[in-house]
Amino acid sequence: MNFAWMAWTAPTAIFFATIFLILVGMGVWEYARPGGAPRVGILRFETTRGDRLFVSLLGSAFICLAWLGLVGPNLWWALGLSLVYAVLVFRWV
Amino acid sequence: MDRPTNQKAWFLVLPVLLLVAFSAVIPLMTVVNYSVQDTFGNNEFFWAGTAWFEEILHSQRFHEALARNLIFSAIILAIQIPLGIVVALSMPRKGIGVSICLVLMALPLLIPWNVVGTIWQVFGRVDIGLLGHTLEAIGIDYNYVRDPLDAWFTIILMDVWHWTSLVALLCYAGLVSIPEAYYQAARIDGASRWAVFRYIQLPKMNRVLLIAVLLRFMDSFMIYTEPFVVTGGGPGNSTTFLSIDLVKMAVGQFDLGPAAAMSIVYFLVVLLFSWIFYTVMTNFERGGQ
Amino acid sequence: MSTGATKSIDTGRQPGTPTAASAKARGFVAPPKLRRPRHLGWLVMTLYLIFLLLPIYWLVNMSFKTNVEITNTFSLWPNDPTLRNYRVIFTDPSWYGGYINSITYVVMNTVISIAVALPAAYAFSRYRFLGDKHLFFWLLTNRMAPPAVFALPFFQLYSAFGLIDTHIAVALAHCLFNVPLAVWILEGFMSGVPREIDETAYIDGYSFPRFFVKIFMPLIASGIGVTAFFCFMFSWVELLLARTLTTTAAKPIAAIMTRTVSASGLDWGVLAAAGVLTIIPGALVIWFVRNYIAKGFALGRV
Repeated sequence: MNFAWMAWTAPTAIFFATIFLILVGMGVWEYARPGGAPRVGILRFETTRGDRLFVSLLGSAFICLAWLGLVGPNLWWALGLSLVYAVLVFRWV
Repeated sequence: MDRPTNQKAWFLVLPVLLLVAFSAVIPLMTVVNYSVQDTFGNNEFFWAGTAWFEEILHSQRFHEALARNLIFSAIILAIQIPLGIVVALSMPRKGIGVSICLVLMALPLLIPWNVVGTIWQVFGRVDIGLLGHTLEAIGIDYNYVRDPLDAWFTIILMDVWHWTSLVALLCYAGLVSIPEAYYQAARIDGASRWAVFRYIQLPKMNRVLLIAVLLRFMDSFMIYTEPFVVTGGGPGNSTTFLSIDLVKMAVGQFDLGPAAAMSIVYFLVVLLFSWIFYTVMTNFERGGQ
Repeated sequence: MSTGATKSIDTGRQPGTPTAASAKARGFVAPPKLRRPRHLGWLVMTLYLIFLLLPIYWLVNMSFKTNVEITNTFSLWPNDPTLRNYRVIFTDPSWYGGYINSITYVVMNTVISIAVALPAAYAFSRYRFLGDKHLFFWLLTNRMAPPAVFALPFFQLYSAFGLIDTHIAVALAHCLFNVPLAVWILEGFMSGVPREIDETAYIDGYSFPRFFVKIFMPLIASGIGVTAFFCFMFSWVELLLARTLTTTAAKPIAAIMTRTVSASGLDWGVLAAAGVLTIIPGALVIWFVRNYIAKGFALGRV
């Protein structure tokens, strides 16, 4: 099987590996503390850990896009901003 | 909520997971890989970083296609949802008429999308089409190939023709689930026609209407085949929606990098909307029970 | 119960035409105020159906005309009815082969989709497990994602597996949106079956596969039928992916239509006849599921 057509690069491979590890981590967390810690946060509907992760990831993607569109190509700042955002989401959503 | 927890259920889901991973995850990963590289064919790729994303986010062409698509979806929803409700309320409730109406209404839904396009391409032509010919005969200067406004009119009419029945069928399913006793109670209270609609029929249709809005928004947001067959995205770029633009870029110009970057932005927008709709829907279902 | 009583009186009262029957029944059950909207309703319904049928009629009309008549005269019905257009399609293998290709991959897709969706839908409707909600949402996103996004790498993906221009490639590609849809619809139908049935069967000593095939599947037979219909329908109408993945041997009829027309100029008659023939399979299957269509579209949740 030839996978050259997928055109892997180191950064994208690291990106997907990170996502995969986060998912595994969430699975382990859920296994250790089942139930997903549901609560009603500032979005006024019930969210579990998984929902908060999804909101963090999707939000981060849009933060990065906004950074590229409005500021410039240096995505490290956007990444930092995304991390802050993710922490906020996990704390209050 | 009362379903028992059983991790072995994962094995039942596994085939779906593998199949969808094959047809969705691998392609999506590939798109991400393409989006950060440049290629001249022959599977030779060069690192391009985030250049394509910047190009897409700053490109007038993308903004216009996105705006067109959002306007199109908004118009579609504004016409089809009310019209669908009206048609559903007009459906007969008994007898053979029900079956006839259901079958005839479902008919446009089962026509291949490019045939839908062909039907309207022909139907709207001034020389051989009934619609175009009639409009010209009563003195309206109508030509969907030349005039952007006419092209939009044709495409919106086509989509209304194609999909309004879906909304109507969903609403109808909600309506028939209302027990006759509700109407009797309303009659005893002397409720007006409007009150019956507002306080009995509309609440029962809420849930299906939400599904209708979700499906109609998503499908109009990814529309490709029908307008492409009718207008090819023209005149000019006036009916080039996101999918048409994307295919043009990927297949027509073979700009894999920019097309992939655009795919990702497009996909993220879709993901955001699906999540909002899905969250509203599940919370609605939970609240309703 | 008064509801039942009125209902039986209604049905007893039904005379000849559905119009009269329904209007009379309405007049009996509903207040006089509702009578006028019913007549208005018939007007709306009639106008709407005319609107739906006119373009289709025009296509059928064209398919029985000669090309000369189509381009030179404007007539509401064929003045010189001909079957030539249909004869062209039924005698040319490149035309009727397209229908066989389409039907082949549509059937394959329907079988695959239902086979994998049945156990998954059962899992979603009966158990809670790690990440079930998110898995379900992820499936939904595949139904919502634009095929154009996936069309880009699909060609490379299927080339890598040597599947280009085969029926199975299109069948697998259409699983992208049909499997999530099948899981959704089946889950809706399965949730309507009380769980006590499962438990009783297990107590009676049924194994899971035997219970599933012997007891459970007959209970949701209508649901399976509706799901099959929807898989058939969405695979039948989709063209973008089907066209991307095929060149000649497995080319769907809808794609052959576009190609032939652009190559041979303007054979409107044959184009119309081919279009009419693509409508017929759908029209045939609708009749059998007409009472379940809406429930299927509501993903089994009405």
